[in-house]
Amino acid sequence: MYHYDDFDRTLVAERVAEFRDQVARRLSGQLTEEEFKPLRLMNGVYLQLHAYMLRIAVPYGTLSSPQLRTLAHIARRYDRGYGHFTTRQNIQFNWIKLEEMPETLAALAETGLHAMQTSGNCIRNITSDQWAGVARDEIEDPRIYAEILRQHSTMHPEFSFLPRKFKIAVTAADHDRAAIRVHDIGLRMHRNGAGETGFEVVVGGGLGRTPFVGKTIKPFLHKRDLLSYIEAVLRVYNQYGRRDNIYKARIKILVHELGAEKFAAEVEEEWRAIKDGALALDEAVVADIASRFTYPDYETLTDEPASLQTARASDRRFDTWFRNSVAPHKVPGYAIVTLSLKPEGAPPGDATADQMDRIADLAERYSFGEIRVGHEQNLVLPHVAQRDLPALWTVLDAIGVATPNVGLVSDIIACPGLDYCSLANTRSIPVAQELTRRFRSLESAHNIGRLHINISGCINACGHHHVGHIGILGVEKNGQEFYQITLGGRADEHAELGSLLGPAVPYEQVADVIEDVVAAYIELRVRPDELFIDTVKRVGIEPFKERVYATH
Amino acid sequence: MPLIKNAAEIDDPYLRALDDAPVPEQGAVLLPAARFLADAQDLAGRSGQTGVIWRNDRDIGELAPWLDKLSLVALVFPTFRDGRAYTQARLLRERYRFRGELRATGDVLRDQFLFLHRSGFDAFEVKKPGDAQAFIDAIHRYSVFYQPAADGERGTLWRRIKPAPARHNAVNEFTS
Ligand code: HEM
Ligand code: SF4
Repeated sequence: MYHYDDFDRTLVAERVAEFRDQVARRLSGQLTEEEFKPLRLMNGVYLQLHAYMLRIAVPYGTLSSPQLRTLAHIARRYDRGYGHFTTRQNIQFNWIKLEEMPETLAALAETGLHAMQTSGNCIRNITSDQWAGVARDEIEDPRIYAEILRQHSTMHPEFSFLPRKFKIAVTAADHDRAAIRVHDIGLRMHRNGAGETGFEVVVGGGLGRTPFVGKTIKPFLHKRDLLSYIEAVLRVYNQYGRRDNIYKARIKILVHELGAEKFAAEVEEEWRAIKDGALALDEAVVADIASRFTYPDYETLTDEPASLQTARASDRRFDTWFRNSVAPHKVPGYAIVTLSLKPEGAPPGDATADQMDRIADLAERYSFGEIRVGHEQNLVLPHVAQRDLPALWTVLDAIGVATPNVGLVSDIIACPGLDYCSLANTRSIPVAQELTRRFRSLESAHNIGRLHINISGCINACGHHHVGHIGILGVEKNGQEFYQITLGGRADEHAELGSLLGPAVPYEQVADVIEDVVAAYIELRVRPDELFIDTVKRVGIEPFKERVYATH
Repeated sequence: MPLIKNAAEIDDPYLRALDDAPVPEQGAVLLPAARFLADAQDLAGRSGQTGVIWRNDRDIGELAPWLDKLSLVALVFPTFRDGRAYTQARLLRERYRFRGELRATGDVLRDQFLFLHRSGFDAFEVKKPGDAQAFIDAIHRYSVFYQPAADGERGTLWRRIKPAPARHNAVNEFTS
């Protein structure tokens, strides 16, 4: 956990006071809605279909138990008893009144949470691997750099009115759980030949109307140069990014239009001019931020204690959950536990206030008071002693967050779609709900294996449909809801955009088509452990197409 | 339009020469970039003060050779959402060491004062009369700045490891 100091607390409090004043000016008519809009957006307040929505940042996905309780309190006191975890390690509340926003933000500030820059054309919440600090395949805790970037980008005077929003993700593991290649800037920590750690810098990734996988413009950046280099990228973007057309304003378009090499050269030139200036990150600065992170005081334990083995042998449901939702931890005797927010028939990513409170308690009891939010819209308890797993599971199961479908076909990522979103063409939550019903049989889900379905209710791609193994995109045709289906996308270290299966299908047929695609995969795979994504890679889209369009 | 300088509302001493009439030798004048560049040698040698209005899509580096002859650069916000001039301002102050007046013009609102000020602006042509009164409040609303910028702040990341003397009065920093 990162702990706020007086600087951080003061800044957040000053921000709340400023927003209180802005809301008051809006309510009294001194500010027009047009003038107020960018101000509220930079405090996470969106105007949605039915009401204002508040999007709260969970920087790099790390939450403490008191923070999660605060979120529960907000859900209960200012919303309708639940919140919605998003794909960017944020949580959204859909029903908060504008008049109550300042109070809500003040309540958040008390536990070190804020909604700054979760919206608007600025540098957004910095995201990272939800397993940061505990993953076995990690070389360093990427959150230290994510926190440095968070601070540096907060209220950045030069970059608060960029051509478009700007998203940065950081990972330090071999396996990319932060989808860095579909971000405006993706940073991958790795070691160079000399054994030093630094960053590969990837720019221009992003989904939406014109999806791109990001391109590497700097294979190895020294840590000392992190801020100056990012500043240079943003400076080039701020000057040359297009402002004539919002659909062409993301950095991905600039990188595409200039070409990655030319773009890299522009950045390099700007960077040379500033790299030895005020932004150089000396070791003392990094060490100071690192010292504000606390780590659990782990016990000396061994892996697979007898009690765990007994529980697995005696309870099949527990064993199924264990095999699905528990991952290895870098410390012996501990485990990383994923809590599925994808129960059958419910909107993906929703958690009730009661669930949040209970999870906060469980985290205190079993996970050193720490919770993580992942981009797959699930929660994680990152430091659970393996001997505690049976007891923990009993409670998780009772509160409905132990569906053993993590990473499986019913662990669907979906945007709010027509149910909440004013930009939507189609529904997405009901599609997800229907699919979780179709694939409710865990046995068959486990037989299908790892398969990510992503659903977006319009071309903005909030549900990341391009990088779903199966992507579903809602489009409108003559006032009716149709869905385009893509196969073969992925957001990890082999990031790729999916290919279109064929003509869009109407709402009523989506679930049937997906079932057919899955059935075709089961027939096509050469071995039971050939993953869906690998089968698609091997055989291409045609065999799926034939099967689906022959039957529908 | 009210002009704020040194935290007070003042009368603009500059005459805007927007048409093609000859530029007087005396007195402060403010010229569009194209007009200035067309005749830069002569205009830079005037005995009166010379200011230039610079568009936000034109490379500010082009102005570098003339900066020590200019008393004012006016940068433009066609809408408050278009933030290119923040970068131009920082480059003028930090890279080209421009010490004259740096004026924000166009769609300048009080909620941008702090960012403008931190980017190096020290004069503001505001749209709403009440905004002039709000200036002092707006730039003192925050006491913590995470990042260094053109206002002389070092940024919290660095301040934490080496506490600094109290913040200087940055309002007058660039006005010599
Ligand atoms: C309901 C209100 C929402 C609105 C009005 C909205 C609006 C938008 C728009 C307009 C874009 C495209 C911007 C661009 O790429 O230039 C976008 C992108 C995005 N949204 Fe949302 N969104 C909403 C909710 C959500 C939710 C709930 C999530 C998470 C589940 C989300 C995650 C994202 C992500 C990750 C992208 C980026 C896609 C990319 O990489 O380009 N949004 N959103
Ligand atoms: S993808 Fe479209 S429908 Fe879905 S939340 Fe984003 S803007 Fe709304």
